[in-house]
Amino acid sequence: MNNDIPILRLEGIVKTFPGVRALDGVSFNVLPGEVHALMGENGAGKSTLMKVLGGIHQPDEGRILIAEEPVVMTSPIQAKAKGVVFIHQELSLADELSVAENIFLGELPRKTFGRVDWTRLYAETDAILKTLNVGFNARTRVGDLSIANQQMVEIARALTVDPRAVIFDEPTASLTDAEKVVLFDVIADLKTRGVGIIYISHRMEEIFKITDRISVLRDGEYRGTLVTAETDEDKVTQAMIGRSLDLTRSPLQHEMGDIALEVRGLECGALYQDVSFSVRKGEVVGFYGLVGAGRTEIAETIFGLRAPSAGKILINGQEVRIGSPIEAIRLGISLVPEDRKGQGLVLGMNCRDNMTLPQVDDMTAGPFLANGAEVAIFDQYRDKLDIRTPGWRQQVGNLSGGNQQKIVIGKWLSMHPEVLIVDEPTRGIDVGSKSEIHNLIRELAAQGYAVIVISSEMPEVLHVSDRIVAMHNGRITREFTSDEVTEDSLIQAISGIASDKVA
Amino acid sequence: MSAMTRQGVAKLLARQGILVAFVLFMVVFAIANQRFLAIDNISGVIRSSAILGVMALGVTFVVIGGNLDLSVGSMMSFSTIVVLDLHDKLGPTLAIPAMFGLTLLLGAFIGVLVGYLKLNSLIVTLGMLSAIHGLTLTWSGGKNMDIADKEATWFSVFGQGDIVGIPVPILIFALLAGALSLVLGRTPFGRKVYAVGGNGVAATFSGVPRARVVFFTYLISAFCVATAGLIQASRSLGSQNTVGQGMELEVLAAVILGGASLLGGSGTVFKTVIGVLILGFIQNGLLLVGLEFYAQYIVTWIIIILAVWLDIAAKRGRLWSSIA
Ligand SMILES: Nc1ncnc2c1ncn2[C@@H]1O[C@H](COP(=O)(O)OP(=O)(O)OP(=O)(O)O)[C@@H](O)[C@H]1O
Ligand SMILES: [Mg+2]
Repeated sequence: MNNDIPILRLEGIVKTFPGVRALDGVSFNVLPGEVHALMGENGAGKSTLMKVLGGIHQPDEGRILIAEEPVVMTSPIQAKAKGVVFIHQELSLADELSVAENIFLGELPRKTFGRVDWTRLYAETDAILKTLNVGFNARTRVGDLSIANQQMVEIARALTVDPRAVIFDEPTASLTDAEKVVLFDVIADLKTRGVGIIYISHRMEEIFKITDRISVLRDGEYRGTLVTAETDEDKVTQAMIGRSLDLTRSPLQHEMGDIALEVRGLECGALYQDVSFSVRKGEVVGFYGLVGAGRTEIAETIFGLRAPSAGKILINGQEVRIGSPIEAIRLGISLVPEDRKGQGLVLGMNCRDNMTLPQVDDMTAGPFLANGAEVAIFDQYRDKLDIRTPGWRQQVGNLSGGNQQKIVIGKWLSMHPEVLIVDEPTRGIDVGSKSEIHNLIRELAAQGYAVIVISSEMPEVLHVSDRIVAMHNGRITREFTSDEVTEDSLIQAISGIASDKVA
Repeated sequence: MSAMTRQGVAKLLARQGILVAFVLFMVVFAIANQRFLAIDNISGVIRSSAILGVMALGVTFVVIGGNLDLSVGSMMSFSTIVVLDLHDKLGPTLAIPAMFGLTLLLGAFIGVLVGYLKLNSLIVTLGMLSAIHGLTLTWSGGKNMDIADKEATWFSVFGQGDIVGIPVPILIFALLAGALSLVLGRTPFGRKVYAVGGNGVAATFSGVPRARVVFFTYLISAFCVATAGLIQASRSLGSQNTVGQGMELEVLAAVILGGASLLGGSGTVFKTVIGVLILGFIQNGLLLVGLEFYAQYIVTWIIIILAVWLDIAAKRGRLWSSIA
């Protein structure tokens, strides 16, 4: 095998959307057996470039070459037939179908008269799932799987053909550490088979762990390729955002006020039990645990989306019953949900309307909506969060993943809540904006907000929290102050081995 | 280059396909028949579209909210029969509010089933289509309903009157369209309708009371149906039990033709008005070139398919799917 012939080469790719020049003459190549990282800020054009490569978008200019042969691909199926497989940033599975049907969608194995060969379908699927080490089988309904497991189904899709190049667009955004290990094994395996891999992620530690080269995009332009072994985080960040980042925690220590939110003995069936904690005004409490530990469900209960089976919730010392999000909002609670596409946004609606939706009743002049007030809110949070969009009229569905997330955050910040709950707030957000959002969370706390941060990223929890609550299997295992916490003790607490602690 | 222009044309067709098709159609028919663009023909088309149009305004709300309403035709028959019957029993001043009240009650019932009990709107309204038909027949005893003294009532003004030379049905249609357009486009309620239809879960997470919003879309739809029934009754002062039969599909055709997506979350009142007019002109044009009346049933269906196809094509960004 000749390692010098790129398996995939892009030349001068240009792609424009109304009002946006998403790609401006991008060229780069991928060698066989290489893991090639693609990095850039939110909206830099990474996903768009990959969609061009995956046959979803047609480039306005430029060429794509597979093994030095120019190709034109007008659909994902064609791209797949040429050996280019795309694992999307946003999940695109059919909830009602089984895992097997999703994996082989459009190319189900057939018997005579076009009847689906179910036995073969399930057998082949189970064989693929086995290599992925997952805890579900071919017949499971996809809608019943967690987001992480759905992600694994997407990955399994890629393995049905003999791929020459596989594109992973932020595959780890919703995976747990254990699942990541499996994913990295899959990637290593593809690598030894000589497959070229393009890997998009905003997580530096992963990039430096598994990739060979790093290409950087900025505002749709190609900014060069670095060899991973010869560079460092700072250089990559420089290339991406044009400046270095100061990642040390701002020593923003401030006065804490009274207890804003208190939860006593809260329980919700089998989801979580005996949960008690409190958050003061001006305090950031981090919730850390594995996916499925019950953190999101607690947040949903406080936000009125689930009815607790036992326990009390107190706001400012007063016991409250929260029966719906409307009541939660009235009590000054905001929730940035974990699934932006499903729970956070109306994709077909424009940026402004999404942002002002929870307070639309207050945005009126007489009986009618006050256009100016709405736009003012949008502008304010666009600037504060650095949201990249041609204007408020843009449909949210057309924004890049990270910018969509910022719209959700802006929507809830603009409510000026007393208690702000953020569930995986920086999922899919680039390094620059991530540290901005972390600073923002600290700043909000300093202004007297009580903040709960749920995150599966340890650095994030360590970075923003005054106090950390560790959860395992629906129970709180331990609470740490930011001074006493260490990575090791945190890992112990969330894996349930901390039972030796003094009760 | 040619590939690019072809893509451009496909995009234009997919986005504005309905308007392009409509303009082409108008030109062809104007050439084929001199009368087509005559003022009295145009005003005739609008007038005969008014009843359908008024109903389509309400269904626009339901469809944008992510549901269907197939009961409007049968509900319109009900309103017409009821108001005609009560006209002679209670007098027009009482008959009209009574009929509106009863029709709104039906709308509220559907609204509870679909909104609060979360039943599938297709099933509920299809069932109501038949149930309301039964109700109408029970009310009328199966007979046609006529106003006894057709000369002596002012009730005919809604269907037959003019104000400053403009037929009252057109006036009602225009006023209602204007008012509902403001409600949908400029009020918090309208915004919530889009949110609920676009992504009900996200709407709930944003504190939008989904069930209540859906409930009100059906109430608005029922109000429009009652208005349509009033115009219908007043126009003929007598009616069969089946006067609205089949209109649910025409109404839906007009709404989709205007560009509302059956998946919910998109469409406007203005677009629906355009859809109503397109449908009206096409049916009129076909009559003028001498097609039989019943050919329209087939044509309406073809138009629906065309509209749905263009809707999907706009989403795919091309007219043809290459996936077998
Ligand atoms: N279908 C579309 N219509 C209009 N604009 C679009 C469309 N798709 C992408 N864009 C725009 O193109 C730009 C690049 O988006 P892209 O999704 O490629 O960013 P990205 O680098 O993947 O960002 P992220 O890290 O947030 O996922 C953005 O400004 C986005 O708003
Ligand atoms: Mg992206």
